[in-house]
Amino acid sequence: MAMTISEKILAKHADRGELHPDELIEVGVDFALGNDITAPLAIEAFRSAGAKRVFDRERVALIPDHFTPNKDIASAMQAKVLREFAEEHQLPHYYEVGRVGVEHALLPELGLVLPGDVVIGADSHTCTYGALGAFATGVGSTDLAAVMIRGKIWFKVPPTMKFVYRGKRRKWVGGKDLILHTIGQIGVDGARYRAMEFTGEVIESLPMSHRFAMSNMAIEAGAKVGLIAPDSITEAYVKERARRPYEFVHSDPHAQYESVHEWDVSGFEPMVALPHLPENVRPVTEVDEVPIHQVVIGSCTNGRLDDLREAAEVLRNRKVHPRVRCLIIPATQHIYREAMREGLFEIFLEAEAAVSTPTCGPCLGGHMGILAAGERAVATTNRNFVGRMGHPESEVYLSNAAVAAASAVAGTIVHPDKV
Amino acid sequence: MQFKGKAWKFGDDVDTDAIIPARYLNTSDPKVLAQHCMEDADPQFASRVSEGDVIIAGKNFGCGSSREHAPIAIKAAGLSCVIAHSFARIFYRNAFNMGLPILECPEAIEPTATGDEIEVDLDQGVIINHTRNEKYQAQAVPPFMQELLRAGGLMAYVQEQMKEEQGTG
Repeated sequence: MAMTISEKILAKHADRGELHPDELIEVGVDFALGNDITAPLAIEAFRSAGAKRVFDRERVALIPDHFTPNKDIASAMQAKVLREFAEEHQLPHYYEVGRVGVEHALLPELGLVLPGDVVIGADSHTCTYGALGAFATGVGSTDLAAVMIRGKIWFKVPPTMKFVYRGKRRKWVGGKDLILHTIGQIGVDGARYRAMEFTGEVIESLPMSHRFAMSNMAIEAGAKVGLIAPDSITEAYVKERARRPYEFVHSDPHAQYESVHEWDVSGFEPMVALPHLPENVRPVTEVDEVPIHQVVIGSCTNGRLDDLREAAEVLRNRKVHPRVRCLIIPATQHIYREAMREGLFEIFLEAEAAVSTPTCGPCLGGHMGILAAGERAVATTNRNFVGRMGHPESEVYLSNAAVAAASAVAGTIVHPDKV
Repeated sequence: MQFKGKAWKFGDDVDTDAIIPARYLNTSDPKVLAQHCMEDADPQFASRVSEGDVIIAGKNFGCGSSREHAPIAIKAAGLSCVIAHSFARIFYRNAFNMGLPILECPEAIEPTATGDEIEVDLDQGVIINHTRNEKYQAQAVPPFMQELLRAGGLMAYVQEQMKEEQGTG
């Protein structure tokens, strides 16, 4: 039977020759992760189940990235739960501040999640690793606890929706714009309970950083996974990093798709998602001129080196608007160091932007850049729900790094060519 | 399992930041989470809700983050059940894992208003709106999920499995 990437990976991990959408199956898990918000509950469940050890010490990561460096006493207590559990179980993949990064940027960078894997994370943006050709999805803390104990999880096999991107991207149009366009077209529940598969000539030439941004936001359309077929770009990224064997899985030519959506992206502009849903998408030049107060460039969506380079290209020899606070948050220590070596920090500091240590921080309204009532932010993050970055009467607009940087200079949301 | 309570009506795409804002996730204490349940959608909600009340919502309830704190907050606030047109998938799993009953029933949503007296028979999947004298049949809980519920949620199920494996190993 012809199968999609998603079905093939699941079949292999369920020891099945073939399987069909909507079947309930139990699959083996290659890697599992939790963070400083979700892991404490998982650890509590792990202990209350009477479990004595994790299924495989090499395949469980605890990543304190959300409220770290600890924002208050309560967060410090939560981070301590992770640290103590990692010590007790001698988990090698616990990363302390100074080594840690935003989890979905860090784990691929370290080669811990790989093509062909089934990855389970107690964080909804675990779907980011779909960019590597892995079946990666977010679950709650209790599901994570069960995986930490048994190394297995049950799934309903999702039907796959195929997305085909044709044509040629214009300058300043990247993975973030393609995924925002897609969510704008199908809505925040358009791929609910589905696997998304991103294909076409545009994807084939898309750098890994842009692929990660696309797969990252599959959850914003309600999807379980957002997969991209691995190729030479994937191979170049993975081969230096992988710490264990991996497998490239591709959809069969006659695989069954529940639906196929096709777009020519040649005329696309950078996209912006207006408050308060990621589906409220418009081309940047159609966004009303509204004053902004903060810009955030970072997160598991767009905190990678390519994003910082894009922001630097726009910010070079310019100043951030006097009304605007521009926060730049490299997603990992490695990205931070590379950006520093390339001289990007010089450009950011000259522009009067603030550069922060890696953290999820403001993306979820945690810390390091919270909005007051009536304030408006442009962010390269993934969600713009009510209260997401602070006060319930604040607003978040989502964009790519170039639009965010240009908006920081203009003080209003603009196309990068307009500054 | 049967419940009776007042309806609290919400719209489509109620996200997990609305159910429990991330700024309160520096704790997982159910009592604290309950105080902030649905705060950004309705600041008075947590103080007005009574034991047994039911949330009625549109499509894609619980979209957004994977935080299990969302079903914990709803349950700890005293709500007996969430009835929605549809649920986001991670929330759906989390609700069952935490023992929060949820029902998908598109027919029940539109006619129901905040304050209506609702009765739910979870085993039969039947919802009665006493205020409007109407009865709705919800989509039945899939058999696999019924097994999880019978075991008392996911952790109880895992404990059973561990005992079995130890017994045979």
